[in-house]
Amino acid sequence: MNDPRRATALRRLLGPEGPEVTCDVCFEELDRYVDLQLAGVDAERSVPGMAAHLDGCPACSEEHASLTALVTELSRSHPPE
Amino acid sequence: MSSAGECDVAGPLTAPPGRPPVEDAVRAESDAWLSSLRARGEERELAIVRLHALLLRAARFETARRRPTFPRLGGAEIDDLAVQAADDALLAVLSRLDSFRGASRFTTWAYKFAIYQTAVTMRRRAWQDREVPLEPESWALLPDPGKQPPQHAEDAEVLAAVAQGIAALTQHQRDVLVALAVNEVPIDVLAERLGTTRGALYKTLHDARRNLRGHLAALGLRALPTTLAEEAR
Repeated sequence: MNDPRRATALRRLLGPEGPEVTCDVCFEELDRYVDLQLAGVDAERSVPGMAAHLDGCPACSEEHASLTALVTELSRSHPPE
Repeated sequence: MSSAGECDVAGPLTAPPGRPPVEDAVRAESDAWLSSLRARGEERELAIVRLHALLLRAARFETARRRPTFPRLGGAEIDDLAVQAADDALLAVLSRLDSFRGASRFTTWAYKFAIYQTAVTMRRRAWQDREVPLEPESWALLPDPGKQPPQHAEDAEVLAAVAQGIAALTQHQRDVLVALAVNEVPIDVLAERLGTTRGALYKTLHDARRNLRGHLAALGLRALPTTLAEEAR
């Protein structure tokens, strides 16, 4: 696909190719996944299929981005003692 | 939350051995939260007030992130949404305390409920006066393959195969795929309108996508890079 917008549209249609967790598992694991990511740990190793799901589910991806941004901002404004 | 779907799940969901996901100090902080929230009397009441303040901070963070998509809503109306989401999140957290496994900070665990409730509330608010289209509103990005210029013959072949693959889906799969992936209807909004859950809809979307990819693969076609990261490379 030469047109990047068309490639994005097709990507939304076809979704991720690899195994992925469900929305329910994504919600259950989201806090651990974010804490692991922010600690610099390989979160995908702990929650296999999470990255694929976040790539394929816009709603879960938005919530992942928001939780990451929130925890990051709060850890900066209230660093651990 | 929605009911469980049955997408292919790769491996166990436990932390790798030898590396605790949280440190002792974090665990102690989480234990203190749980202890106070399970106490009786004033200690519990104070803990609930602190928890609600924490959830409201998260809800306001989320409404602020989404504020640009609500140009007609005033500050007071936006804040009402945040307070309502924080109230809902508080009930969800208190009812699910026993499901907290200590795999993350308690605060991160609690925040996710506030983020979720706020996100769902605002997605539904954005679509409350709109019809949910189940037919394509625009195929502008996936135009008629027959009208592709000659230099894009390969693209035209892929687009024709995608169109065939979509036509071969069940009606329900096609409706869900078109609404979510073409018309970009938020999954929570579609779930509410169809009287189902996010998990059930995503399962349908997953199956439709798998069938579509299978159709392309059977024709020996690969449509695009797997992820945006690959796309960027």
